[in-house]
Amino acid sequence: MAESKSDILQGTLDLMVLKTLDAMGPLHGYGIARRIEQISEETLLVNQGTIYLCLVRLVQKGWIRAEWGTSENNRKAKFYSISKSGRKQLIAETENWERVAGVIGRLLQLGTRR
Amino acid sequence: MLARLKRMVARLRAWFHASELDSDLDEELNSHLAMLTEDHIRAGMSPEQAQRAARLELGGLTQISEEHRAVRGVPFFDTLLQDLRYSFRTLRRDAGFTTFAILVVGLGIGASATVFSVVDALLIRPLPFSEPGRLVWIANDGQEGDLSGQTVTVGSHIDLRDQAHSFSDIAAYFAFYGDGDKKMTGAGEPERLTGVPVSQNLFPLLGIQPQLGRIFTAGECQGDLPVVILSGGFWRTRLASDPHIVGRTLTLNDRAVTVIGVMPSSFDFSSVFAPGSRIDLFVPLPLTAEVDREGNTLSMIGRLKPDVTLRQAQAEASLLSEPIRIRHNRGDLRFKLSPLEEHVRGRLRPALFVLACAVAVVMLIVCANLSNLQLARTASRRREMAIRIALGAGRGRLIRQLLTESVVLSCAAAVLGLLLAIVGTRVLAHLDALSLPLRESVHVDLGALAFTLLIAVLTGLIFGLLPAFQAPSAAIHDSLKDSNRGSSDGKHHAWVRSTLVVSEIAFACVLLVGAGLLIRSFLRVLDVNLGFRPEKAAAMRVDPSPRYNTRALRNAYFDEVLRLAKSVPGIEAAGLTDVLPLGHNRSWTAGAKDQVYSVAHPPPDEFVRIVSDGYLKSMGIALVAGRDLTPSDDASGKPVMLINETLAHILWPGRSAIGRTMQVDVDREVVGVVGDVRHLALEQGSGCEMYLPIRQTDDYALVDLVVRTSLPPAALAPAVRSALRHIDPNLPGNEFRTLQQLVDKSVSPRRFVVLLLGGFAAFALVLAALGIYGVVAYAVNQRTHEIGIRMALGASAQDLQARIVLQTLALAAVGMLVGVAASWLLTRALTGLLFGVTATDPVAFLGMLVILTSVAAVAGYLPARRASRIDPMMALRAN
Repeated sequence: MAESKSDILQGTLDLMVLKTLDAMGPLHGYGIARRIEQISEETLLVNQGTIYLCLVRLVQKGWIRAEWGTSENNRKAKFYSISKSGRKQLIAETENWERVAGVIGRLLQLGTRR
Repeated sequence: MLARLKRMVARLRAWFHASELDSDLDEELNSHLAMLTEDHIRAGMSPEQAQRAARLELGGLTQISEEHRAVRGVPFFDTLLQDLRYSFRTLRRDAGFTTFAILVVGLGIGASATVFSVVDALLIRPLPFSEPGRLVWIANDGQEGDLSGQTVTVGSHIDLRDQAHSFSDIAAYFAFYGDGDKKMTGAGEPERLTGVPVSQNLFPLLGIQPQLGRIFTAGECQGDLPVVILSGGFWRTRLASDPHIVGRTLTLNDRAVTVIGVMPSSFDFSSVFAPGSRIDLFVPLPLTAEVDREGNTLSMIGRLKPDVTLRQAQAEASLLSEPIRIRHNRGDLRFKLSPLEEHVRGRLRPALFVLACAVAVVMLIVCANLSNLQLARTASRRREMAIRIALGAGRGRLIRQLLTESVVLSCAAAVLGLLLAIVGTRVLAHLDALSLPLRESVHVDLGALAFTLLIAVLTGLIFGLLPAFQAPSAAIHDSLKDSNRGSSDGKHHAWVRSTLVVSEIAFACVLLVGAGLLIRSFLRVLDVNLGFRPEKAAAMRVDPSPRYNTRALRNAYFDEVLRLAKSVPGIEAAGLTDVLPLGHNRSWTAGAKDQVYSVAHPPPDEFVRIVSDGYLKSMGIALVAGRDLTPSDDASGKPVMLINETLAHILWPGRSAIGRTMQVDVDREVVGVVGDVRHLALEQGSGCEMYLPIRQTDDYALVDLVVRTSLPPAALAPAVRSALRHIDPNLPGNEFRTLQQLVDKSVSPRRFVVLLLGGFAAFALVLAALGIYGVVAYAVNQRTHEIGIRMALGASAQDLQARIVLQTLALAAVGMLVGVAASWLLTRALTGLLFGVTATDPVAFLGMLVILTSVAAVAGYLPARRASRIDPMMALRAN
């Protein structure tokens, strides 16, 4: 288990999954993994299976819903979609993220001025 | 917050549906793989290449589903289940160890749970009344054990009740009710019942409702009206819970009385106010001038108003006592308040505290013992541990597994312990010979169950902790090397085990000294000169029936009773008394006629006994000077009396008391001086006593016939009863008591504590012996090789034995040193329970040392003998 990496990035991964589902509508696990890989340029997921650990956690928290359906090429797949409380969480997390990012950014700039 | 809660529920649910969710995930991962492969093929890979790449990108399927399970479920439960399964398997394989451990821990837990139930019922659980915390016991500040000194008159009671503002109400009961005062006839065998006269407001004050019928009305408590309330116990056992009993009549003392109510069984008057006796009935207590003339007779219970403290109430009562005393012209009146709780339970606290501590020490010894055994086991399980470590088990996981095993063991033992506790408490609750307040309410309840569970888990953790933390490190040292001998590897180990044994011995020391001190006190109490000889004497109630309504008729009746009793073969002496030793006591104030008394120099209080001629002889009370009473000391004779040595010494120090006059009810001449009798308790001196002839007074509530026999007293009961049937065909048969029974009952609480503590000490001794034996035997086992070399080099068997026994004794000596120091400090807590010995009694300490040393010597000798029989050739060849 790449404990340290997933630990640090767990919150980030949650946020990315929520954002992805919010932006793109219902998606299956593979689709989400692909999307995140594309955006993060493969730095986030050690392997794609990790996404399912994140997904089950979010389902259990009630932020996303899972439903069996058929994929575009007629394959049985589980589709995930964001729930109402998930949206709320996304907004809160986003704000939080931006605030932290702003603080960190300013802090780092302080460092370079020396 | 909500999300976290949701997740917890979801995880629990997921844990229960694990297999379903596993296949769900499988399917999901498969479709993921398929889609990934398709994409790769579309990007130009060959099918084989695509499949391989997809598998790599997705990651190990087993690993993902394992992690998935951990994230979505409750991994704690999974591990626990695994550990439990594993524990059961190992414990079953090691049946000998398991049985022994369950037995030892079970006994310990059984003892703990029993003592807990006793302490809970006797000390902790609130008294069975409404708001018991506001109830106070209001006594007169007299001598302990003297009922007259602790009770008040009707007048004083009424004045306090009406004048004090601290109480919402004050109720009373007549403290001089006699056991078996009410003779019930007309319903099968005549039977003596005990009834307490209670004031009208007693039941409302305690907050007790009758389960059938009603309580007394104010009118019924004005005079001596023929109504009665039954106790729940009497109604259930004697009247078969007859639901139509209210309104029916019973014949009590030849008088028809109407049953108006039945109290609930949960209200056990005697277990709170008169432990060791049985109360069958409640009758109205008329607060009249007539009862007032009987003097101090009432025990009072008050209920404090909600905003009043005990201290305020005491202050008010103290302020009121002097005017009330003067108004009623009493010599003695000082109201003394104490919480009812304290009055009922205060006395028990030290003894129960000691028992609770003792049982805790026993549990510690049990833990030390089990720890030691587990250590020995883990030592022999090193290979198993090493294999598990090699297969990837973490240290934490191993520790957890070993702890689970210990807890499983102690929980299994708790089942045994609980059974023991249920049996133990039931026996105790039905032990009528034991006079402890609230004893009947001792049982294993939910609290005791919770306590048992708690102590089981705790015990398991405590005795499992040390071995659990030892095990994995030991395993890592040796890893998989096939060496099991090593005289060096166990150094640390041996040290830990020796420390455990030393602490076991020290704990056992403390218990043995405590038990020794109590046993010595008990023997001293039994050895006390009672002033009478209880062996071969028995008593029987022979109250004259109401139809002997003049003193002359009663005297004729007494003559006849004594004549008939003496005519029974085997009876050596017979006499009458109104009060037997170790029961109720009443006192009067009376002085010598030739002395002047004042407030500063008051006349003494004397315990009063109304007796007949022959009483001294039948009781075995010594006549020191003068003469015994005779049948002619009757109404027509000169008023006479006997006094005891203490009183004679106080009134006429250094001079003869014979022929002097005392002012009692009338002026009486002292005709004899008798030896002191321990009438209050075996542990208590007798105080001043006087004996008045029964034929010269009417001031007695009941009459007991005391006979001295040359045969076993119990064998005589039918003969005496049938002899007396001539004068009273309705003589009840349930009142024949040997005096030894009275003595036994009086020492029963002490005997109870001694027995329990003695039992604990014996158990501790056995455990300590086993602990010593275990450690020495293990050491011998480990050193077989070394012993073989020594023998090969010419050491004799005696040498070896002596060496091992000496080592054992050295171990024991360290333990005893610590134990003696601890006992020295701790036995001070026993001081209140001791009689005739000091807390540092050398006999108890020496006795303990002798016992422990010999036990240690034996425990060391057995393995030593085995060691000396080792064949050096075999021992050396073995490796």
